[in-house]
Amino acid sequence: MTTTKGFSPEVLRLDPQCEADRICARIRELMRNQVKRGGVVVALSGGIDSSVTAALSVRALGRERVIALEMPERHSARETLALSGKVAGALGIATIVEDISGILQSVGFYEKYDNAVRMVVPEYGDGWASKIVISGVASQPRFTSFYLVTQNAQQVQSTVRLPLQPYLEIVAATNFKQRIRKMLEYYHADRLNYAVAGTPNRLEYDQGFFVKLGDGAADIKPIAHLYKSQVYQLAEFLGIPEEIRSRKPTTDTYSLAQGQDEFYFSLPYQMMDLCLYARNNNVTAESTAAVLGLEPQQVRMVFRDIDTKRKTTRYLHLPPLLVEEVEWE
Amino acid sequence: MNVKDEIRSFVVENFLFGDAGELTDDSSFIREGIVDSTGILQLVAYLQEHYQVAVTDEELIPENLDSVQRVAAFVEGKRSGVPCADSEG
Repeated sequence: MTTTKGFSPEVLRLDPQCEADRICARIRELMRNQVKRGGVVVALSGGIDSSVTAALSVRALGRERVIALEMPERHSARETLALSGKVAGALGIATIVEDISGILQSVGFYEKYDNAVRMVVPEYGDGWASKIVISGVASQPRFTSFYLVTQNAQQVQSTVRLPLQPYLEIVAATNFKQRIRKMLEYYHADRLNYAVAGTPNRLEYDQGFFVKLGDGAADIKPIAHLYKSQVYQLAEFLGIPEEIRSRKPTTDTYSLAQGQDEFYFSLPYQMMDLCLYARNNNVTAESTAAVLGLEPQQVRMVFRDIDTKRKTTRYLHLPPLLVEEVEWE
Repeated sequence: MNVKDEIRSFVVENFLFGDAGELTDDSSFIREGIVDSTGILQLVAYLQEHYQVAVTDEELIPENLDSVQRVAAFVEGKRSGVPCADSEG
């Protein structure tokens, strides 16, 4: 490894106009030469990534070629719909609201999820809420372990480490949400002869923070090369409402509010961005630690976690694998 | 079979589909990509079921669980009451 002189948060600074123009040119080129559909569907969550993806799509294709899908469910944060509506309004794009609670109910999601939680918290029931969090990778040299946080009707929280089977059952049930949302995105894309624009940023894409055939599925992913800090820079340039730009990133997946850095990433996104950049550009742990105000040993643990996540989530990126290559023109 | 052979057999059957390949007793599960975080949960469940060894939060560290050799030593240490490595140092 080599020390990179000049390593600082400024390395992630971009020229928003130049980058927006570059992305939009590429979106048009991909749509024209490869995707060959008339527009895009973007699922708006009220978060920064989907807002920027929608804004770039509008800039690239025109607002009449972009449809926003809003897909709340029973566990969604209350403000989700208001925020996504505000973005759609600011961009002047048509929206379709699909409440997915009924579909989730039909596939047995709520029952499956609650039953999985009851494997470790038998009293879990009406009026309770829950989420999964991980152990802090950067604070101790431990394997990642998963904890279930529950909150009862009296707002009292408790935390228990998840054994294998309840963990798998909870995640499997929860993945219904991303897959059902994607199914509806493709339904609307098909009926309009549109494509689906995915919304992962670089941290999510690189580190495998998505559900295969759920939010991981899309025809184009316009911001997958951008660090999250860069997505925020573009958001400001593109006029995304301040309420969304100042909101803490959440997964909006569990009934208890869950930050992305509680569930998947070992540090807040500003620090994760710089660690990932450092890892990609051979910046030493010492130089990175000095900039982030961490100990070099902590940064080495984050680097190791980055490498491990890349390895263990590699299969999420893979297409179905064949026994032998099938060639076509 | 001794504990080390049993652990090795568990790893080969469950994570390597019966093909030990280049697995040695010192191969790092994580570095070699043999076991991921879900695999660690699987390993912990096996230790609990097979040896009645409970793994505390502090013991979930590579020093105890990142190779056949280390897991076997961890299990034997727990069974004999010898203190194991933990993340508090």
